[in-house]
Amino acid sequence: MNTFVNKFSTHSAVSQLKRAQKLVAADEDEYSDAAWGSQGGFGNMIKGIPNFTVPAVPDPAAFLRLHTDDHADPSCKIKIQHGTTTLAFRFQGGVIVAVDSRATAGSYIASGTVKKVIEINPYLLGTMAGGAADCQFWETYLGMHCRLHELRNRERISVSAASKYLSNLVYSYKGMGLSMGTMICGWDKTGPAVFYVDSDGTRLKGDLFSVGSGSTFAYGVLDQGYRWDLTDEEAQELGRRSIFAAGHRDAFSGNTCNLYHVKEDGWKFIGNYDVSTMYYEGPGDVPGAPGGGYGYGIRTEGRSAADPPASS
Amino acid sequence: METSFALIGKGYVIVAADTTSARSIVKMKNDEDKIKTVSPHLLMSYSGEPGSYFLRRIYRTKPPTLSNPQHLPPSDPHAAASWIRRSLAESLRSRSPYSVNLLVGGYDTAAHEPKLYWIDYLGTVSEVPFAAHGYGSYFVLSLLDRYHDPEAPLEEGIATLKRCIQEVSKRLIVSPERYKVKVVDKDGVRDVEI
Repeated sequence: MNTFVNKFSTHSAVSQLKRAQKLVAADEDEYSDAAWGSQGGFGNMIKGIPNFTVPAVPDPAAFLRLHTDDHADPSCKIKIQHGTTTLAFRFQGGVIVAVDSRATAGSYIASGTVKKVIEINPYLLGTMAGGAADCQFWETYLGMHCRLHELRNRERISVSAASKYLSNLVYSYKGMGLSMGTMICGWDKTGPAVFYVDSDGTRLKGDLFSVGSGSTFAYGVLDQGYRWDLTDEEAQELGRRSIFAAGHRDAFSGNTCNLYHVKEDGWKFIGNYDVSTMYYEGPGDVPGAPGGGYGYGIRTEGRSAADPPASS
Repeated sequence: METSFALIGKGYVIVAADTTSARSIVKMKNDEDKIKTVSPHLLMSYSGEPGSYFLRRIYRTKPPTLSNPQHLPPSDPHAAASWIRRSLAESLRSRSPYSVNLLVGGYDTAAHEPKLYWIDYLGTVSEVPFAAHGYGSYFVLSLLDRYHDPEAPLEEGIATLKRCIQEVSKRLIVSPERYKVKVVDKDGVRDVEI
């Protein structure tokens, strides 16, 4: 009750603080449109350098961390999207990228149709795990710089360079609340390449990665089926089957699977597969699929462990 | 970290548990057998440090079916699992509950059928075709969803178990290095070297 009264009273500490913040914010936001570029480029300097609106506290980053870090405090006010399953692996025929499509906010499924593969350019793909906005924004921004690299150097950026650009960028924001775990995948002069980059600044080159809350379940299937000399069809099936496994076992992953294949001439979208449909009927008539549902109950239907003695 | 798996196949149950006994960050022992033969056709793996004490409780208050199979109908794994669950549930509601996770595997000699029960420290029981406890379960359950076959002969079942062990040692940071593996089938319980 007290909190309710405080929220709407005009003289509580909270409302006074709010008013003070509003005053500060109003002060900063009052630019006339004419100020932008109209006075020989100095117009927007009238009120100092424009800035992001940040919480009016001595250490905004710490303040934000206090309210977003749900590891330390599950009852925090701002929840960042965490649950996901994404995977990418390199093999003889290129790179397979497969992701789920579920977005959760706490225990609520906010969306089941999220595009978690970010198409940076025709040769580069990025995956999305962690903060959706962080991944979307910074990977699009990365795409912009990859294009500039192309224009400046008259050749496509390598996957290694692109991923390093991203990791350096997120490292410069370290400790400020960015949350992303991404795989930068593509084909360059060196062939197929996969790099794992996260918001801690970690950057790893490798053959096979899976990121997100469902990654352990995906690894369980992926590791056991992975070989370098997989055929294209087998590799696509493995990606799909692994995402299915995670979508089935992990509460924060599921809905559908998006599958991409990167080859020498750039990436290609292979398809979108519903996890429930895959459970009961399988992925449909696609190359590499064994036929029939992936679900344990469907796969082992009619099979029994009972071993009665043979009656003579 | 402590990990245990179990799976059924054609006429048998395989139960595997790691052999480490840890205190804090230290491995105190690496040949601990955490799978107890409760009765001639019944195995129970326990994980959690009070596991052996829970076992003592079970033995102290042995149910007739577990203590004296000769005087009674063929031991029924379902009845045994229910009894163990009850024992755990009673302890849960006492002042110092045993927090142990169990896998109970048995062979029903009357129905000629292997049975496996997954029991957690809260006293949840579920009859399953395969089961896992500990961090290993995060890697192994999806693997078994994919590879487990209830009609697999013993060699195939062991091969699937080896896949599980290999996967856990590949991906889990604090993976156990040794496992004790036991099989129960119509002939009773025996150890398996892997």
